[in-house]
This record gives sequence, C-alpha cells and structure tokens, in this order.
Amino acid sequence: MITEPLLSGITLGGIYALIAMGLTLQYGVARIMNLSYGESLVAACFAALWLFTAVSVNPLIGLLVIVPLAALINWLVYQVLLMPLVKRAPSRDALEVDSILATFGLLFVAQGIMLAIFGGNYFSYSFLAIPVKIFGATVSASRLLALAFAVVIGLALYLGLTRTRAGTAIRAVAVDPVSALLVAIDVRATAAFAYALGGALVAAGGVLVSMFLTFNASLGVVFTMKALIVVIMGGVGNLMGCLVAGMILGLTETFVATYVDPGLTLAATYIIFIAVLLLRPQGLFGARRS
Amino acid sequence: MSAPLLSITALTRRFGGLVAVDGLTLEVRPGEIVGLLGPNGSGKTTVLNLISGALKSDAGSIQLRGKPLEKLPAFRIAREGIARTFQLVRVLGSMTCRENVIAGLAFGAKSRWGKEAELASQELLARVGLASRADVMTSELTYIDQKRLELARALAMQPELLLLDEWLAGLNPTELRDGIDLVRSLRTEGRTILMVEHVMDAIRSLCDRCYVMNAGKKIAEGTSKEVLSDPEVVRAYLGDADA
Amino acid sequence: MNARNLVIIAVLAAAVVLLAFVPSFTNGYQLSLAINIVSYTVLATAWTLFSGPTRYVSLATVAFFGIGAYTVAVLGEQLAWPLVLLIAFVIGFALSLLVGLSTLRLSGVYFVIFTLGLAELVRQLVTWYEVNITRTLGRYIFLDVTHAQIYWQLLALAVTVFISGWLIQRSKLGLALRVIGDDEAVARHVGINTVMAKVVLFAFSASFMTLAGAIMAPRWTYIDPAIAFNPVVSFQVLIMALLGGVHRLYGPIFGVIPLVMLFEILLAKFPNHFSILVGIAFLLIVYAIPRGIVGLIEGVQLSLRKAKGAGA
Repeated sequence: MITEPLLSGITLGGIYALIAMGLTLQYGVARIMNLSYGESLVAACFAALWLFTAVSVNPLIGLLVIVPLAALINWLVYQVLLMPLVKRAPSRDALEVDSILATFGLLFVAQGIMLAIFGGNYFSYSFLAIPVKIFGATVSASRLLALAFAVVIGLALYLGLTRTRAGTAIRAVAVDPVSALLVAIDVRATAAFAYALGGALVAAGGVLVSMFLTFNASLGVVFTMKALIVVIMGGVGNLMGCLVAGMILGLTETFVATYVDPGLTLAATYIIFIAVLLLRPQGLFGARRS
Repeated sequence: MSAPLLSITALTRRFGGLVAVDGLTLEVRPGEIVGLLGPNGSGKTTVLNLISGALKSDAGSIQLRGKPLEKLPAFRIAREGIARTFQLVRVLGSMTCRENVIAGLAFGAKSRWGKEAELASQELLARVGLASRADVMTSELTYIDQKRLELARALAMQPELLLLDEWLAGLNPTELRDGIDLVRSLRTEGRTILMVEHVMDAIRSLCDRCYVMNAGKKIAEGTSKEVLSDPEVVRAYLGDADA
Repeated sequence: MNARNLVIIAVLAAAVVLLAFVPSFTNGYQLSLAINIVSYTVLATAWTLFSGPTRYVSLATVAFFGIGAYTVAVLGEQLAWPLVLLIAFVIGFALSLLVGLSTLRLSGVYFVIFTLGLAELVRQLVTWYEVNITRTLGRYIFLDVTHAQIYWQLLALAVTVFISGWLIQRSKLGLALRVIGDDEAVARHVGINTVMAKVVLFAFSASFMTLAGAIMAPRWTYIDPAIAFNPVVSFQVLIMALLGGVHRLYGPIFGVIPLVMLFEILLAKFPNHFSILVGIAFLLIVYAIPRGIVGLIEGVQLSLRKAKGAGA
C-alpha cells in the first residue's frame, strides 16, 4: 500500500516546510544562523505535553498560548543575547561566526534545562489518535489536523509577507539591509521581528509535531539539522523552496523508514544534503550568486 | 602584427535581467597597455572579474595565448599568468608588507619561497617605492602605499598580463604623477597591461589603445586620442546634448 | 636558527621530558586528570589547527574522536596496535576528505551545518550497524594497556600535533591559510587553491582527533554509540579552544587546563545541570573574551608597550 507512506510523508513534509520557513526568516532576514533552533521546537513539544496532561488543554488551544509566548521569548533572546553581537560584528561573516557560537552555547543551555526537568526519556501523548480512512489508507486524525494547520499557517505567512507593509519591509531587509535602511526601514527592529516570527513558527511546528510524534529532550539538533537542510535545498529566503524541499525530505524519510529501514532515515537526509551541496548549493529555487 | 596575448570573443554575463557584459570582443597584444573605459556601471569591472575568474561568463570565450580560460577557477587563471589589482584596494591586513608580497611570490606558476622569496620581495618593494616599509603592518599604510603594495603583490606573480582596476583612482595630483610614472615604467619593462581607468590624463599618457564600453556593449575602439574624441563616447560620458 | 629559538626549543623539549615522568609521581586520580588534560589538548589544538586560521567552526570533533574509539573497539583485539592506529588514522582521513570536498568549496555555513549533524549521523549509522548486523549494542574493550601507556601515547600525539602545526605555519600551506583568513578573494587571485588548502588541513586536523579517540578507547573498557559520540565532547573542545585563543597554535592549552578542572568539579557537584552550566560558561566566553586568554594577554602587552612608547 503506497498511499499510507505517501500521506504520512506529506504530513511530515508539510511540518518540515513550516519549521524551515521559520529558520529561513531567522537566517535570511535577521542573519542569525541559529543552531538552537530545534530546541525551540522541542520546548514547544514539552509545553504542549504539559498543557495537555497537567491542565488538560487541547494542543490546538495550546497553540494560542505557546506561539505568542515563543515569539516573545525569541524576541527577547534577539534583543538581549544577539543584539550585542550584531552591534560588534564588523561584517556579515563575522556576525555569522559569532551567532553560530552563541546559539551553539544556547543549544546546550536549553537542552540542559529540558534534560534537568524531563530527563532523557521519550514522551508522547494521545490526542485525536483516531484512525481516519482516506484514499483507502489509514492515518491518524491528529496527523491530518497537523497538516491542515501547517498549511493554514504557512499560507498566512506567505500572504503576510507578500501582501502587507510589514511583510514587504521584511523581504526588503532580506534582500539588501543597506538599501532597506535608505528607504527608512528600521533594519534592526525588522530583524528582531523576523527572528521572533521565526521562533513563533518553529513553536507552532513543535506543537503540531507533538500531537503525533514521540520526542525527547535531545531531539532538537536533529530538527535543526533537517530545517537547515530544507532551507538550503529550497534556497535561503525562499518560502516556496521551503515547501518543495520540505516535501522532498518528508517523503524521502517516510519511504526510507517504510521500505528500507527506520534506522537509516538520517542517513537518507544526509545523502540528500550531500547531493544538494554537490549539484546545486544555491538551492532548487535559489538564484546563482556571484 | 604579433599574435594577441589575450583575446576575448562575444563575452556575455548577466545578473538576473541585467546584461552587464553584452557580446564584448577585444584583444590585447604583448607589450601593449590597453585601456578599458566607460561610464560607471558600463561593465568594465565585470570584464576584469570575468578574465580573472572571479566571475564565470554566461557565453563567449576568453583566451590567453590561445588557451581557453573561461572554465578555469580563479587560482588556475592566476597561475596561467594573469595578475590583478582590485577596484577597492585589497591588502592582507594581518600581515607586513613583505609578507603581502611573498603571498604573491609563493603560489604562482613560477613559485618562489624561502630565502629567494625574501630577496625578491625586497626588490619588488623597492620597485614600487616601499623599500623602507617592508616590516610595517599593512594596516598602517596610507592609501597610495596600499595601492603600491597591491601592485607589488601582483608583479610578484610575474604575470604575462596585468589587470589594473582603477588603480589610479582616488590619488591626489602628486600621487597621481608618481602613479602614472610607475605604470609607465612597467611598460618599459615590456609588461602587458589591461587597465580600467577614469583618469583621462592617465589614459592619454599611458594607453596605446582603448576600448570604450557603455551599458555592457563596446561602443568604440582605437588609439586613446581617437576614442576620446569619438562623438558616441562623448555622448556616453556626458549624456545626449539634446536631452 | 638563532639563539633565542634554540633556547625555546630546549625549554620545550625539557618540559616534554618532565611531563613524560608524570605517571611516576601521580596517583590514579591525578593521572586520569592528566590524561584528560593531554587528550583535550590534542583535540583542542587539532581543532584550532583548522578552525583558527580558516574561521570555519567545526562542530564534528566527537564524530572523528568516536570513530577512532570504535575502530579500536572493533579491531583492537585482532590486529597489532600500530596497525589499529594506522587504520583509525586512514578512516578519519577518508571521512574528513569526504566532508571537506563536499562542503569546503562553499561558504562556511554549509560546513558548520554539515558538521553539526555529522556526529549524530555517524552515531545512528553505527547503532544501525550494531543492531542489524552484529546484534549487540555496545562493545567491551579488553586491551592490555595501562593508564600510563595511554598517557604516554597521548603525550607523543600532542607533541606530534604541535610539531606538525609549527611546520605547517612555516610552510607555504601556512601562508596560504593566513592569506585565506585575511581575504579569500585575494588568495584565489594570487594562485592559491583555496579549497585544496582547506581540505588538506581539515583532513589533518580530523585525523589527529581520530587518533586521540583510538588511544583513549582502552580507558573505557565498555563503549556504545552514545558514549563514543557524545556531542558534549565537541562542545567542550570548542569552548576550550575559544577560551584559550584560536589565533595561536599554543592558545588552546590556556583553555584546556582550567576548563578540564572546572568540568571535573561541575560534573562531580552538579551532574544534572552540567550541560546548562557549560553552556553558560561558553556564552560568557563568547561575549566577554572573544579572542581568548592569549588574545587578552597580547592586548595587555600591546597597550603596555604603547603606553611605554608614549611616555618615552
């Protein structure tokens, strides 16, 4: 039965695309290569778990709490931790190295906090784990719901970036921060906003993932890795690219897990990554850069 | 007439929708100083970047002594015998003047290293008038001295063709005279030079022939006297008189 | 070679000879601390060998270290020890060539991303292999190697790393790397094959890390993928190198010694909060002393000299 892995692959791919969109905002606009990105996702998973089990709040309602909170925390992280680096960096390359180091440190702090609270065990909770028949395949309702939410959020983001004034400012900063400054865009505020927005997206991704995936405190790096690969495969700053690349990754992983071996999914991810690096490092939709 | 050292045919490079270099054809013969002129944004620097391999062309050919260069990476082109300076001067900031020149000596086709490189670097620094500053950090140099140093580094590679990208720009009148004399002295050594330049005095006194570009296309070629009086060239620089 | 250099070399040689006698006047705990210090010195210096001049942050230290350890776990009892080390070296070299050739043509970010997940990838592959092919997760290493012998081998490796680093700095490769570090475009236009220079250096750096893992393996007696590929090791090496200072080959030592001690204390007192505390220590270093202890000392020296010059 091929529809089953196809459907779970598409769900996974949709979530990957959503997660990667957040990262492409943080890296493409705020110029922060955030290695602690996956930790935000795992933290959102735990937050959803806690809301569901301790306060019995349904994760979809939980989104309304967790997402704004994640945006706020990420905004604060940018203002407090990253702004000093932005200010002292003499060049974009220097900022990249500094942000890599700082967020790598942050990764261990965040992971350490979650390990201290939750330990190294795997967690999951059962929400809407009702089997649904679709095109002759059985999928859990939570997966479909997650996909639907990912689509809605992704679409809202796309429209927001292309149709609104704030969205245009964000895209302008992504393309050329110097010229953006000249047309009276507050580049630093926009970067902080994009960073916060990225954090909000990954938190949304985390809540959705937690509805159907088991997770533990040290899963963050793998998600960071996958989001980065999707961003690069799609072309940095390209939302359409995120969607296509996310789908490619989600489908590949599901098919490898189904037909080859679940233990080799990360290897499959890496093979895709190497192929992109060797054949098309600017990404599927990226323009050639000189 | 001798065979051309550098010949470029129908060279084209686009940046997105903009055609920065559009079907350019030119040649440089051994021992010549050739000027590449044109208003800002006409594609001159892009041509130098294509020749030196900093950029890859979309179409056309670049040949040095008949050998195609357009597919080679920049470092191979450098070893083939093309050295360059940069529009915005680029010296190696964490090193002394001597080390900068040794960087030019060590990796070319005729690589020199060790004692030999030390001696050669001293000679080259003297050649550009920096003999006394060998052990000074490049960050402490004045602008003109950084330009001299950049030239010394390029000469260290013993290039068959030297590309100068507005090497004389931004100098005061005295420095400019020194600069022109220095480039002229290279000609007496028999060096071949392709230079992008805006300074008219320099073009008149140095260039044997010139090519003029506008909006990526070649609009004139000939001796510097001819091209500078060409009405189309004047129009390109000054705009249309009727406008 | 002038007299001053000769004196320096003599002093360093004497120091190494003295260090070689450490096992004869230390107890078990002290020796194990010494092993940690030398092993992290090798790792952090090998890291700096590549990442210092190129500024490409490698996060894959433990991938190579773990491969070294696993090579010993698999082959240690079957082959002669030098041969095992040679094989570990070759595997580390080959893997680093693969990583280098696929990422070092591109900007630094790709390299960082690739190395970020590399340890996890290798860990999962080893786990998959052990579970599916050998059907055991975890291996015992029963090799007749004393702690003193481990210490001596690590010391010899450390000396090798320093001598190699010193030779590289004086070679054309060393100059090429400094040019690349200053301005990569200039490097290409003076005829430096920048990709090759970086790949070769990365391969050397990674091979030294692999050897360190191989030498350290017998100390564990039992390893499994989670132990051998523990990401905290990569992190610790990075912190030590940055604290010491990465623009000098000897810089990392200044970070290794205090941090091995600090980590020892933290691990004993706050085992559950280790990662948080290390993360905070790391952030402090990145923000407060970006050029490391050596950079700090050099800065003070420079300003003293300037003050003196102004006074004269």
